[in-house]
Amino acid sequence: MNAKSSMQTKLKHEQLGLSETEVVDMYKYMVLARKFDERCLLLQRAGKINFHVSGIGQECTQIAAAFALDRQRDYFLPYYRDYGFVLSVGMTLKELMLSAFAKAGDPNSGGRQMPGHFGCKRLRIVTGSSPVTTQVPHAVGVALSAKMQKKDIVSYVTFGEGSSNQGDFHEGLNFAGVQKLPVIFLCENNQYAISVPIKKQLGGKVCDRALGYGFPGVRVDGNDPLEVYRVVKEARERAVRGEGPTLIEAMMYRLSPHSTSDNDLAYRTKEEVDENWKKDGIPRMKAYLMECGLWSEEQEAALLEEIKQQLKIAIEEAEHDPFPNPEDTLLHVYANDGEGQ
Amino acid sequence: MPVMEYVDALRLAMKEEMERDERVFVLGEDVGVKGGVFTTTKGLQEQFGEERVIDTPLAESAIAGVAIGAAMYGMRPIAEMQYSDFMLPATNQIISEAAKIRYRSNNDWSCPLVVRAPIGGGIFGGLYHSQCPESIFFGTPGLKIVAPYSAYDAKGLLKAAIRDPDPVLFFENKKCYKLIKGDVPEEDYTVPLGKANLLREGEDITVISYSLPLHFAMQAAEELEAEQGVTSHILDLRTLQPLDRGAIIAAVRKTGKVLIVHEDNKTGGIGAEVSAIIAEECLYDLDAPIQRLCGPDVPAMPISPPMEKFFMLNKDKLKEAMLQLALY
Repeated sequence: MNAKSSMQTKLKHEQLGLSETEVVDMYKYMVLARKFDERCLLLQRAGKINFHVSGIGQECTQIAAAFALDRQRDYFLPYYRDYGFVLSVGMTLKELMLSAFAKAGDPNSGGRQMPGHFGCKRLRIVTGSSPVTTQVPHAVGVALSAKMQKKDIVSYVTFGEGSSNQGDFHEGLNFAGVQKLPVIFLCENNQYAISVPIKKQLGGKVCDRALGYGFPGVRVDGNDPLEVYRVVKEARERAVRGEGPTLIEAMMYRLSPHSTSDNDLAYRTKEEVDENWKKDGIPRMKAYLMECGLWSEEQEAALLEEIKQQLKIAIEEAEHDPFPNPEDTLLHVYANDGEGQ
Repeated sequence: MPVMEYVDALRLAMKEEMERDERVFVLGEDVGVKGGVFTTTKGLQEQFGEERVIDTPLAESAIAGVAIGAAMYGMRPIAEMQYSDFMLPATNQIISEAAKIRYRSNNDWSCPLVVRAPIGGGIFGGLYHSQCPESIFFGTPGLKIVAPYSAYDAKGLLKAAIRDPDPVLFFENKKCYKLIKGDVPEEDYTVPLGKANLLREGEDITVISYSLPLHFAMQAAEELEAEQGVTSHILDLRTLQPLDRGAIIAAVRKTGKVLIVHEDNKTGGIGAEVSAIIAEECLYDLDAPIQRLCGPDVPAMPISPPMEKFFMLNKDKLKEAMLQLALY
C-alpha cells in the first residue's frame, strides 16, 4: 500500500472518499480487535474462559468491510471469526467479554452460545450458529425482504472458504442471482478449514463461482484494508442501485490455530506461519498512516495504553457480572415460556 | 356455510392471511404461475403478484433458509415443500436454525415461519412421494408441528400457524386434498395450536390419531356402534408438537383402552411418545395394553398397488384393531 498513487495530489484513502478520521478509526479498530483476540487467547490459557476461536490475521478485511457499509441501517450476518467486524458496527468490548465468560448479560445469546456466535438485534447482527454456511440463505432472505419493502439497505454475510463448499452457499448465491437481491457475500479465505489447506479444499477460485450465478465475483488482498473498502463499497453501490449481489473473496491467512482446542503445528509449519506474519495488514496500515502524516509513535503508545485500560475494565466487569440462573435453561424455547414443556 | 375441499380451505387460509397482513408471502417450487402441483396456491400469484408468490429455484435448503432470513427480518413467510419427502435437504435449516433462533439468541431474534409440506401415501407415489416425516422433526424443541384432518381445521390451523410467533411445520395430507370436504366458514377464524380435539365420544375404547387415519377411525366407529354396540372415543391430536398431554390423559381415562394410529411407521413415531405419556401419567387407569396401529417399519411405501394397499391404513384395518381392543 503506497500512500501516493498515480494521482499525486490525492492520497489513496482520499480517493476512496474516506476522511482522515475514518481511516484512523479503521486502524484503531484493527488494533482493538487484535488486542481483544490476543487477550482472549491468554484468558483461555489462564483457565478464565473455556474457549476462544481467533480471528487474528483477518481484522483488516473485517473492519474495512464494515466501514464500507451503512453501519446504521444495513443487516449483518458475520461468521465466527468476525470480532473486528462486530466491534466496528457497535458491539462493545464488555459485550464481547460477557460472551467469552458466558454471562447472563451477553447480548449475543445470554451465555448460551460459544463465543464468536454473534447476534444482536440492536445492531442488526443476525443470530448465527455453528453448522457453517447456514447464514448465507438467511442473508438472502433478509435482502429479499428489504427489496419487497423497498428499503435501500443491503445484507452483508461472511464465511470461510471451507464453507463455500456447502450446499447452502450455492443455493443461497443462486437464489440471490435469480432475484437480483441486494446482498454482499464476502468469503474470508484464510487458507485453512481447521487443518485442511485450500489446495485440498478448492478446485478453483471461490470468486469465480459467481460467474455461474450471474453476478460479479472479485478477489481482493484481504490484508489491504483500503482495497477491501473499495470493493465492498462498490458492491454496496451496485446492490442499492438494484443491480444485484456481489461475491468477494478476500485473501488472507489464519495466523492463529483454528481454536484454543487446536494444535496447528500438527499440520502446518512454523516457517509457513512466520512467513505469513510478514504479510499482516495491521503494521502495513500503520506505516501508511504514518506516511500520510496521520499517525505517530506517540499516538500508537497512547492507543495501546487506552485499549489496555478498556480491556482491563471490560474483563473485570464481565468477570463480576452474574451467570444466568440455572433454571433459565428452560426459557425462550417458544414465545410463551413453558408452552412447550 | 359453504362446503369446500381440504385443499380449497388451505388456499383460502393463505389468501385471507395475505390480504390481512402484507408481510405474509409464499415461496416454493411451482407455487406461482402453476399454483402448486396440488393447486394449493392456485390464483394467489394472480391476486398478489410475483413478489409475494415466488417461484423459487429447485433447492429446498434455500427455500427454508431464505424464508428463515425473511422471518428474522420481520416478514411472515410460508415456505412450501412440494412433497415432504423432499424437505430433507432443508432439515439442517429447520432443525439447526429455525428451531433454535429464539433460544440461542436469548429471545432477541425470532423466526415466525410456516413450512407447509404434503405427507402421506395412497396416491401411487412410490417411496419418495408418499412418506410421513413427522418423526424426523418430532422431539425438536422450538418447532411446532401441525397436521389437520378436516377442511375446517385445515383453514383454522393454517391461519393460526401463520400468525404464530414461532416456526411451525404444517403437514397437509395429500390424500385429503380432494377427498375430504366439509363446512368451512368464509369469515375469519383460527383453530388454536397445541389443543387436541375430541371428534367423538364413546365408552368402550379410545382412539388417538391425527391426519387421514382419523377418517378411517370415524367410519369404523360408526360401523362398530351399529353392528357391535361398541362405542369409540376419538381424539384428534391436531398439533403433534407440543402435544396436548391433558387431552391425551383425559381421553385415555374415559375408557381405559387406547389405540394409537398413524401412517408414519411405528418405531419412534408420535405414537411412541403418546404411549409413554399414557404410561407415565395413567398406567393404572388402563384395562388393556396400549395398542398401536401404524405404517410398517419399512423404508417407505412401494408403488405397486397391492404393496401400497398392504402398507396403507384403511377403515377395515382400523375396525379390526378397534374391535379386538374392545373385546380384550
